[in-house]
Amino acid sequence: MPRPLTDLEKELVRLLQGDIPLVSRPFLPVAQKLGLSEAEVLEHIRRLQAEGIIRRFGAALRHREAGITANAMVVWQLPPEELKRAGEKLATFPEVTHCYQRQQRPEWPYNLYAVIHCHTREACEKLAARLAAAIGHNNYRLIFSTAELKKESMQYFIQEPPECRE
Amino acid sequence: MDSLDRRLLNMIQEDFPLTEEPYAEVGRRLGLTEKEVLERLAKLKEEGIIRRIGAVFDLRRLGYTSTLCAMKVPEGRLAEVAAVVNAFPGVTHNYLREDAYNMWFTLIGPCRRHLEKVMASIEARTGLPVLELPAESSYKIRVNFNLEEGNP
Repeated sequence: MPRPLTDLEKELVRLLQGDIPLVSRPFLPVAQKLGLSEAEVLEHIRRLQAEGIIRRFGAALRHREAGITANAMVVWQLPPEELKRAGEKLATFPEVTHCYQRQQRPEWPYNLYAVIHCHTREACEKLAARLAAAIGHNNYRLIFSTAELKKESMQYFIQEPPECRE
Repeated sequence: MDSLDRRLLNMIQEDFPLTEEPYAEVGRRLGLTEKEVLERLAKLKEEGIIRRIGAVFDLRRLGYTSTLCAMKVPEGRLAEVAAVVNAFPGVTHNYLREDAYNMWFTLIGPCRRHLEKVMASIEARTGLPVLELPAESSYKIRVNFNLEEGNP
């Protein structure tokens, strides 16, 4: 179980989950809202990062606009005992941005997922074949994405749905 | 986008200086003035390449939970169903994919019951089943892209 966040930390999350301004001192507005100095805000950010609560601080890009136009999901159906080794292997490829083991369903029996981003569709096809060879399972399915219908950052601690209150 | 822009983007994705004047620091590293850094970033933002600059959180450590959902949506109903799905603030990513399961979205929320309520509501409003594929292990979550030439 993760430790509960303090009220100050939740406020910091609310202020840092948006977009800091493109100005000389972008942490100043955050500091002013919290009644802290910029140095104290930066110290909190470093601490939250060290704790793993902040995974990364920096720019989030739109990869399509940045020229990385092809994105696909590669899925496998693997024996349970092979999942960990295969997942860890797939994670070493820089083009693999996400890799998960997921629950199998009768309608969708796959249990290992890798999301890949490439400059072209052909590059994704070649990469999928390389991934398959690397884990020794060639029975993969490559599913390209054709449109991005939504991509936003989650807004945390904005509202607490009634069903989540104990 | 020139090669300096690519270096700039790589740096502010992976190694954003946590200092009071981060853009002056970025400038020192790249041999640019702070003004030049800010102008380049403003342009990259205007072009839509930079979505935002801020913190990326580990949702589990914030006490949140997430899941992946897939739906088989008839071609003629894609816009209508996307509008229903995307209206939920916990749906952060939604992609059309080349498969019978053609709509794939991620759902984030403060508790499991909330996710179930949202999925049930999507089913009720669209009349289509939602296939849920919750993660059991995560091997990698990487959200930055190497933009320098010759790299993937």
